[in-house]
Amino acid sequence: MSMRTKRSVRAGQYVALLCYLVFLAFPFLWLISTAFKPAPELGSLHPTWIPRHPTLDNFRQAFDEQPLLRATANSLIAALSAGLIAVLIATPMAYVMARHRTRLATAATGWVVVSQAFPFVLLIIPLFLVLKNLHLINTLWGLIMVYVVWALPFALWMLVGYVRAVPRELEEAAAVDGAGRLRTLVSVTAPLLAPGIVATALFAFITAWNEFFFALVLLKTPEKQTLPVVLTHFLGAEGASDLGPLAAAAFLATLPSLVLSAVIQRRITGGMLAGAVKN
Amino acid sequence: MTLASATVESGRHGPPGGARTDGRLDRGAGTWFLVLPALIPILVLSVGPLLYGVALAFTDAQSGRTRATQWTGTLNFQDLLHDGLFWESFRIGLVWAVGVTVPQFVLALGLALLLNENLRMRWLARALAIIPWAMPEVVVGIMWRLVYNPDAGILNETIRDLGLGEGRDWLTGLATALPAVIVVGVWSGMPQTTVALLAGLQNTPHELHEAAALDGAGAWRRFRTVTWPAIRPVALSITALNFIWNFNSFALVYVLTNGGPGGRTRLPMLFAYEEAFRYGQFGYAAAMGCVMVAVISVILAVYLAGRLRGGDDR
Repeated sequence: MSMRTKRSVRAGQYVALLCYLVFLAFPFLWLISTAFKPAPELGSLHPTWIPRHPTLDNFRQAFDEQPLLRATANSLIAALSAGLIAVLIATPMAYVMARHRTRLATAATGWVVVSQAFPFVLLIIPLFLVLKNLHLINTLWGLIMVYVVWALPFALWMLVGYVRAVPRELEEAAAVDGAGRLRTLVSVTAPLLAPGIVATALFAFITAWNEFFFALVLLKTPEKQTLPVVLTHFLGAEGASDLGPLAAAAFLATLPSLVLSAVIQRRITGGMLAGAVKN
Repeated sequence: MTLASATVESGRHGPPGGARTDGRLDRGAGTWFLVLPALIPILVLSVGPLLYGVALAFTDAQSGRTRATQWTGTLNFQDLLHDGLFWESFRIGLVWAVGVTVPQFVLALGLALLLNENLRMRWLARALAIIPWAMPEVVVGIMWRLVYNPDAGILNETIRDLGLGEGRDWLTGLATALPAVIVVGVWSGMPQTTVALLAGLQNTPHELHEAAALDGAGAWRRFRTVTWPAIRPVALSITALNFIWNFNSFALVYVLTNGGPGGRTRLPMLFAYEEAFRYGQFGYAAAMGCVMVAVISVILAVYLAGRLRGGDDR
């Protein structure tokens, strides 16, 4: 009897897992399906999962309708800069937070936690005013600065975990061998941290690539706007003929973050755990 | 996992002398040199603006005005108290935040338990779970608009196929808009919650499970007595964080309904955004932000205090 219950439990588990798979996958599959459908099929009252006559027209039309190339370039510049700058300034700070129990490190950890809880609206109005005074409204540099600070809490959190995973003994051994502090950091600690730093940079890249709210408020003219903002220009009274280009553009905008997340998925979880163990 | 154990390892074996060596090294200019590049942006673009934002709530700041901004004391807050539209939006925000956070947690817990079993398609579920997490929120919104589309959407088509009627215009119907948007919220936040819970599950000691099974404890009792206590801290923090994130969410609903129809999905963030950047009422919008922080903090404090006390009873 126990064997039989076990088998029925297993079957139930598979059914449940299947439901989850369908729920997680179907909207994305539908997006892909819509992106490759010609306009007449989109207009028909009985849409199908598989396009009957798949086409790339929607992609061409999307690029014609909106400045997608410009927007992609803007998004790339913003996300790459934000990712690089974030790890450049976060790694040294994370090192101090992980290795020294100073009041500053405690305050920084507090900031990491508290910054998660604040609504953007309380932050965006003063940021808007500050950037306006610096003449950085409607510039990618203004947006990049905001993205760097926005990615910092989680970047610090991840990096602190990675630094703690580097055994202190290695650094001490280098010090005993007569290496100076900077030398130890550069030639012993940094190489061991490299995979973690790359994962953190990619994480910051994805965050910036996907971000919408700050870009919406801070970028005014279409030639400065990033992909998510330009995508919303497709919205509005969408008739059947506009659904295809909308889906095509949305699909393209997702690819970079999807690919990169697949690459770092394990590391992100690892980073979360590593940071969590000691805090 | 390897990282986490390495962390514990190095912490345990770290000689006490290490701290002393550091103390000598880190008092110097070196530490400041390491910290300042991150500290300055944090102070200028995060801590500073937050304080500035709180201060703005007590002024009549507006965009594009020539007259100097003046302190108005608590005038904004008094106005807010009588602003029926804001409190309606606040109520919708709470319904949305609870309506998303609770199913998110329940579904994520179910998925995490399944992924923790030795099932065959586990890798596929793990791979698919990245999609909602990695997608730009704007794309998530666009994608679900395509699903909900009254004519070309797959939802209505499925309903027609099953002979359940003609379907409806989900996102513009007064009764269906908020539930439809909540489903999207659940979908987009579930994977992250699953990952956190799964991490907690994998820290559960295996021996305890086996011992409980040998004692003849059923699945439910094993869950109550072994699994739940182990993942409780993770569950508490992830639901608290989800609640905050959901309450503050913006992009999803902006794309899906832009607050419509008739304000039925106008979350407080959308409300404050319009107040600040459409009508230029910076001071008033900042006051809304302050009220949001205050109320959310109180709710969370009550929730966490209650949960933590509940833990002592058992």
